[in-house]
Amino acid sequence: MQLLEFQAKEIFREYGISLLDSIASTNIEEGRKHAKQLGYPFVIKIQVPVGGRGKAGGIQKCQNDDEFDIKYPQVMDLEIKGEKARAILLEKMADIKKELYLSIFLNRSKRCYTIIASAEGGVEIESVKTQIIKEIGLGDVSDEVAKEVAKEMGLEGITAEGVVDTLKKLSKLTIEKEAELVEINPLAIMQDDTVMALDGKFVTDDNANFRHDELQKYQEKTEIEEQAEKSGFSLVELDGDIAVVGNGAGLVMSTLDMLSDNGGKPACFLDVGGGATTESVYEALTLISKLDRVKGILVNLYGGIVKTTVVAEAFLKAYENNLIDIPVFSRLKGTESEKAKEMLEGSRTNMFDSIEEAINGAVMGTKK
Amino acid sequence: MTDIFGLLKGKPEDSDYEKKGVIVQGITGSYGSVHAKQMIAYGTNVVAGVTPGKGGQKFEGTVPIYNSMQEAIDATNAKISILFVPAKFFLGAAKDALNAGIKLLVAIPEHVPIRDTMEALDLAKQKGAVIIGPNTPGIMIPELIKIGIMPPMPFKAGKIAVLSKSGTLLYEISDALTNAGFGQSITIGIGGDPVNGTRLIDAFEMVKDISDLEGLVIVGEIGGDSEEMLAQKIIDLGFNKPTVAYIAGRAAPKEKRMGHAGAIVMGTYGSAESKVSMFNKANIPVAKRPAEVPVLLAGKMEK
Repeated sequence: MQLLEFQAKEIFREYGISLLDSIASTNIEEGRKHAKQLGYPFVIKIQVPVGGRGKAGGIQKCQNDDEFDIKYPQVMDLEIKGEKARAILLEKMADIKKELYLSIFLNRSKRCYTIIASAEGGVEIESVKTQIIKEIGLGDVSDEVAKEVAKEMGLEGITAEGVVDTLKKLSKLTIEKEAELVEINPLAIMQDDTVMALDGKFVTDDNANFRHDELQKYQEKTEIEEQAEKSGFSLVELDGDIAVVGNGAGLVMSTLDMLSDNGGKPACFLDVGGGATTESVYEALTLISKLDRVKGILVNLYGGIVKTTVVAEAFLKAYENNLIDIPVFSRLKGTESEKAKEMLEGSRTNMFDSIEEAINGAVMGTKK
Repeated sequence: MTDIFGLLKGKPEDSDYEKKGVIVQGITGSYGSVHAKQMIAYGTNVVAGVTPGKGGQKFEGTVPIYNSMQEAIDATNAKISILFVPAKFFLGAAKDALNAGIKLLVAIPEHVPIRDTMEALDLAKQKGAVIIGPNTPGIMIPELIKIGIMPPMPFKAGKIAVLSKSGTLLYEISDALTNAGFGQSITIGIGGDPVNGTRLIDAFEMVKDISDLEGLVIVGEIGGDSEEMLAQKIIDLGFNKPTVAYIAGRAAPKEKRMGHAGAIVMGTYGSAESKVSMFNKANIPVAKRPAEVPVLLAGKMEK
């Protein structure tokens, strides 16, 4: 999961990384109290799980109560790349000399953790020419490596010490919390040459969630996504009107692609998974029935481990219980698919021999 | 470089040529037992199973069960294992197998923490072993040996190598290939995790020198940059066997994990556009639909 800035900073603080004073709130009354506690001037920062908030006006300086009353709601109401504010962070202003960049990320193709550092911070790292890159295996950063990084960044004295210290703390955090990415951008050099993390990004490995109860409070899922996870399948909500159901992440993604190519708009991605049973598929259909925007269901199954008859049975049960009153467009192939087709004959399910035909059927059949 | 055919088949002079022994870790579990039976039915020589605490029993009345990999290997001398344990027990089971001398470990479980995969990989490297997966459907030489969970119907012996991140797309595309008359010399499931024991590029190294290879099919998906790495490798080597790719996830939203832990686009990292453009650069056509793969492959062969 990806944490918001203020959540990442909570963890940074736990590890002793230097931060400015800041407080997060979700409404203006709460915010006003925090403003008093913190004292002007400060910065109002929108908390969204995407980048580019500065450019979109999501970070505003604030000098007094009057400004606060105007700017807090303004920032709160912003929508950045389709994302609404999850919270507002008030943070003290910093008088800084220079901005640096520091991160540790999981290099998937090299299969090791990698430090990326740069003497140019505050901008997107992709646009920076001089990046310092060090591969660090399973994430441990030795004093030597940390010192080397600081040196290559052209730093000396207490600033270099600060970077070494921050890097070692990031390393500890990466290992202990099983991060895929921890990033500080910018890491600021203050007037007294110490360093401070002005922003924070933190992405963890969802597969390690079972070892990290302490991170669960940061989990952000829609109610339906959460129920899906409990039932053992994966569901991603999308904003179209045709629900896409299949087995296997690759096959369902492929179905989304083909549907979009043909002018259809997927309402969700639903992978019933390798261990699907009649009950779990019925559960999936129950969730879909709760999405009001759905006008039709497109089913693409390649029965291997999952028998197509198991899925057919779930649909029949759903029809019987009047769970589904929208058209269903299906392509079934693989294990027991002939039998599944027989079972579904004469039901609400429209059967097609190829996925291309099923998609056409779904696009035409939901147009109104 | 890994001699994958040497591991899977052996040499003609070997007494167990084309029937190399395979140990099933977690053979008494619901998942492991179903697939052990199916592998045996396919002709795979399953010589032992391991389930701690159930040593001395027999699976299906014939396959001996041991408490540890060391005992199983001492008794059978097998070099291949397939692992069906739940994700949280993956690392322990993998260590047990690697320390006991397994050279090819096929890891089926989904949801293995990345850190555990990386630790297992570190050990595999020290031991000169190969891990396929986790979260893989497995590896097979059609009509000879199946070490995985794939259904048998889509596959037929032949001369095309198929490398795939996704399980069901591997079945779907192999089915389309088989129907078009393209059998497969080997199919390798890479797995849908962020960190793979055998990456696309490693799998390519395993198959690129097959003497009678007639074509290569690469089934990728959004996330990471292993497709880009492979395309670059193909350019660098001047590999010129007919090659076709398919990439799933063009329509997926950014920053969302699409079912597979590894299928996520972060900014532009992992995007379908990036992969398609690298394949284009390598002169590898990218199919828009699974059904288009054999059509493009036939087209490549005519040239």
